[in-house]
Amino acid sequence: MNGIIGKKVGMTSIFDDAGRNVACTVIEAGPCVVTQVKTDDTDQYNALQLAYGEKKEKSSSRQLVGHFKAAGVGPKTDVIEFRDMNLAKALGDTVTVDEVFVEGDLCAAVGTSKGKGFQGVVKRHNFKGVNDATHGQHNRQRAPGSIGAASYPARVFKGMRMAGRDGGGRVTVKNLRVLRVFPERNLILVKGAVPGPKGGTVILHK
Amino acid sequence: MDAISFVQEQVSKKKEFPKFRAGDTVVVDYIITEGEKSRIQQFRGDVIQIKGEGSTKTFTVRKISNSIGVERIFPMSSPSIDNVTIVKNGKVRRSRLFYLRDRVGKKARIKERRV
Repeated sequence: MNGIIGKKVGMTSIFDDAGRNVACTVIEAGPCVVTQVKTDDTDQYNALQLAYGEKKEKSSSRQLVGHFKAAGVGPKTDVIEFRDMNLAKALGDTVTVDEVFVEGDLCAAVGTSKGKGFQGVVKRHNFKGVNDATHGQHNRQRAPGSIGAASYPARVFKGMRMAGRDGGGRVTVKNLRVLRVFPERNLILVKGAVPGPKGGTVILHK
Repeated sequence: MDAISFVQEQVSKKKEFPKFRAGDTVVVDYIITEGEKSRIQQFRGDVIQIKGEGSTKTFTVRKISNSIGVERIFPMSSPSIDNVTIVKNGKVRRSRLFYLRDRVGKKARIKERRV
């Protein structure tokens, strides 16, 4: 699984060859540093551990500082392992976006979605609500309705969809088309939306 | 330059139109593709709004067609726009002329600006 770590820059729209206006997301991807190379001999599987994003040494643990020092770099904010990456890279090498993606590829974007706070069931679980303000309804338009039966089972089943904290979770969006890659500025343009706020960390993989 | 405007500059194909403002009367030559054939349709009206930045900039043209108001939003960087010509410069005191929607007939006119 080839991939790279990046930062969401924002969205814009471009016109494709057919003249359609396409919404797309700009992501600053890489350059990432290889901080660990896992092989069959050492770890029983193949993987590359990539790191991205600067942070201060005083806000990193001693262990992590040592780990990054082995690769010859300062502390990084994001460390992700990509299994079976077919790039011949050694410890301390950099991975750039054009090595991983070319125009026309399909990729998946992983990010942390924007937190929505405590939300009701209409927003959180796409319930329909009552859809009727009249016919005897009073302040129930966005209510969940029944959450179960009565004296049997005399309890609410686990996993019942109710109101609560929404958003702020790990979300993967698959099959995003890579529209353009700009290696000179480490930018990649993908079709569609990517989870998370501007500046949020995004993992792109094939 | 920030990343978004860099991308827009790389991706969008530049097309030069004469500079127009809100209140100007323009004719937009719009390419319409019907199956294999394509032809140019003209849309003539007043510019009532210009909004957005870079390649997502758009302008809205309003005209009265058979006494029904018709508004059309054109993206500036749309490849379907063949040309824009200014017919008349208008003298207006605001950048968004939504008040024209509530007016009909003689009241919906825009004064001409001498250039």
